[in-house]
Amino acid sequence: MVLLNVIIIVFLILCAIAVEKTKDLLSAVVILSAYTLMMSVLWLILHTPDVALTEAAIGAGVTCILFIAVIMRTERYER
Amino acid sequence: MNDIIIKSITRLIIPFIQLYGVYIILHGHVSPGGGFAGGAMIGTSLVLYTLVFGIDKSKQKFSHRVSEYAESGGILLYVSLGLIGIVITGSFLTNIEAGFPIGNPGSVLSGGMIPLLMVGIGIKVASTFITLFHTLIEEEVV
Amino acid sequence: MRKRLYLLLFVGLFLVLSYNIMQMPGKSTVDAPAYNDTTEHYLNESIEETGAINVVGAILADYRAFDTLGETIVLFTSIVAVASILKVADQKKKEDDHE
Repeated sequence: MVLLNVIIIVFLILCAIAVEKTKDLLSAVVILSAYTLMMSVLWLILHTPDVALTEAAIGAGVTCILFIAVIMRTERYER
Repeated sequence: MNDIIIKSITRLIIPFIQLYGVYIILHGHVSPGGGFAGGAMIGTSLVLYTLVFGIDKSKQKFSHRVSEYAESGGILLYVSLGLIGIVITGSFLTNIEAGFPIGNPGSVLSGGMIPLLMVGIGIKVASTFITLFHTLIEEEVV
Repeated sequence: MRKRLYLLLFVGLFLVLSYNIMQMPGKSTVDAPAYNDTTEHYLNESIEETGAINVVGAILADYRAFDTLGETIVLFTSIVAVASILKVADQKKKEDDHE
């Protein structure tokens, strides 16, 4: 169980660094979505199933779609 | 999006997503979940419908008038349930003292006003997500 | 020079924070500072006082119902802001096209 925790947290840190380094905003949104999905697994390990449900639906689903809609209205690449 | 596989699967899967969202909302007081999680699921299913079948067809199902009523209705349900408490006991948002039936703890019909508040929150969250998405993509996809 | 100073600062901060995390009580133990009279009251009396067996739901919609009302108003404000910005921009674009 400790090993799973360590793997998930290392993945989260790598995702957070990758979001900051990526110039393509669409890729950044997809990486953020993966981050949120792993975060919901972490909530499940911490015994909060309701936060995990909300995080999986809002973070990985709706936030990603809303960010993509905003990118569609503006620009795809960071200047 | 003109893909027969995506269209058939979406038509098949949307009722189940919405049924699960309604289940999460109505069982908010007996199992994990509640208004926010269930409302987000229903909103996501409507966003999926918009993505697959286009904004015009989605506008027929969930027009601006419906979204106005849902936006105001969810929050008005919440506030009016609080006003019942202020009329009877004198303080806002009271549950048991205001005369809401407590029921049998553990069954669906229990908890006084908690399930009704969860329904209000669920309607609000679902309509917020779908209205935000419609407003954001409205003019661009014409 | 300045870069090395920042690096030293952040490494020091990392060490201090890591040491503090090691000193924290483990999750869901009696020593945790979040475990006090309020927790006991919610866990023991919430079924009698609200009739809901999900304590999180009871706290969200009964004990802290004002808080949830505020969250709902935040959602309402966000949608008003988005609609007021985007609708005005769209109408302006249409008027410019007509002229």
